[in-house]
Amino acid sequence: MIWVTQLINGVLLGGYYALLACGLSFMFGVMGIINLAHGDLAILSACLVFLLADSAGISPFIAIIAVLPVMGFIGWGLQRWMLERSLRAGVLVPLLTTFGLAIVIENGLFEYFGADTRSLAPYIGDFAYDSWAITDNLYVGSLAVLIFALAVLLLGGLKLFLTYTPIGRSIRATAEDPDTAALVGINTRAIYAIAAAIAVATAALAGVFLAMRAVFTPYSGPEQLIFAFEAVVIGGIGSLLGTLIGGVVLGVAQTFGAQINPQGFFIAGHVVFFAVLAARLALGAVRARGGIHAFFARTP
Amino acid sequence: MTLLALEEIEACHGLLQAVRGVSLKIEPGETLALVGANGAGKTTLLRTIAGAHRPAAGRILFEDADVTAVPAYARLRSGIALVPEGRRLFAGMTVKENLVVAAAHGRFGHWNVDSVLEAFPLLQRRLNSRAGNLSGGEQQATAIGRALMTNPKLLLLDEVSLGLAPIAVEAVYRSIDTLIKGGTTIILVEQDISRGLDVANRVACMLEGRIILEGHAKEVTREQVTEAYFGLQRARRSTS
Repeated sequence: MIWVTQLINGVLLGGYYALLACGLSFMFGVMGIINLAHGDLAILSACLVFLLADSAGISPFIAIIAVLPVMGFIGWGLQRWMLERSLRAGVLVPLLTTFGLAIVIENGLFEYFGADTRSLAPYIGDFAYDSWAITDNLYVGSLAVLIFALAVLLLGGLKLFLTYTPIGRSIRATAEDPDTAALVGINTRAIYAIAAAIAVATAALAGVFLAMRAVFTPYSGPEQLIFAFEAVVIGGIGSLLGTLIGGVVLGVAQTFGAQINPQGFFIAGHVVFFAVLAARLALGAVRARGGIHAFFARTP
Repeated sequence: MTLLALEEIEACHGLLQAVRGVSLKIEPGETLALVGANGAGKTTLLRTIAGAHRPAAGRILFEDADVTAVPAYARLRSGIALVPEGRRLFAGMTVKENLVVAAAHGRFGHWNVDSVLEAFPLLQRRLNSRAGNLSGGEQQATAIGRALMTNPKLLLLDEVSLGLAPIAVEAVYRSIDTLIKGGTTIILVEQDISRGLDVANRVACMLEGRIILEGHAKEVTREQVTEAYFGLQRARRSTS
């Protein structure tokens, strides 16, 4: 029964990873930018919600509504004033820019909030640890279920948005070929800014739920970035369904790893990530050589 | 009112000058065939008109308004649509999505999915297919249809017959003929001189970035165009 419990916990944890990875995958899929500040932007939003909850006594669930548009605007501004300019200088410069941004956010948060570990759990009451009994021996956390449901809703909603709305179709067209997108009347600068706003807003949502289910410090961002990156690579870059699958695979690997050995939580996740990465590289090499038979025929 | 006026347009690719001092006027309802050999500057000129390539010098006037510094997306909204060389469809999107994505940013007019399907019957059964899975002829029809969905005042067609099977070329040109008869103003870049002369009422021949021959299709002989195409006029002048 313990393995079933861990499987369910892993799947639910995967919902959080999918929520976190969604924006990273979206930004790379549309703009080709790997946002190294993704995790720190998530932590920034957690800090903003913490500030509202702690100083003004606002429920974190209400504070999210105020913080998400702010984070969306930050994403829009980042694209307009930083990433757009750095993209003109080549593909490596945005990577360095977001790396620099991550350092600025971390140290800015440290300066303001200090190094203390914080959590939003005390501000959401019993919901932080409430659970539902499936059987006598099997319980699932209500917050974890909420996060998983939100991840599915968000990814599904994004898929519908990209498929059925004019802005969504424009985002897909711009992601495929920005030059031609401009030739069919799409303002690609505006589309990139909208995509960045969506990506940062989803990171912000993930950050707030991280703060509800666990603890965070101003330096928690890079760790979250690694989890998001692993989920994206496992599930396939740019695929929304893949992001959900990648998150779930990572979550299950980590909970199974933790069940085998307390140290195994991180290691199991990294092992699965490297295994998938190696398999993808090997498959790519085989395809490039014209299939499995041609690959072995040509390999000395 | 002149629809499009180019004044001494110069365009470069880095250090290479592709278009040299081109001046041209297009009146509403005209079809101009822009012919010339590979590297003559036809595609660069078309992309400059559409706003996809920034001119190094000169002015572009569209309906008497200076659009030289206007970006491509805004130029499309004023009525200039380009069907680029190589089709450049959004391969991961369906035919219908390719059409609809353009319509959302274009002008209002009579072109919609139904009228495009009427003009290009070969797309009727492929509406929900991915553009990347279409044949060359179907892709070209989709590319032209996508441009038409923006209800352009000026349609720029770049090498529409390139890489197509003869039967697909026939089908595409039949549809272009329908557009011309409907009064759409077209600049048609074509390497096939006969094709260009058959559909156009004006012809301009480019060589090494310059227009070296221009006139009404009925007044210009095929031999004159062929000579200009291969630069034989200039070669003769330099030897005499």
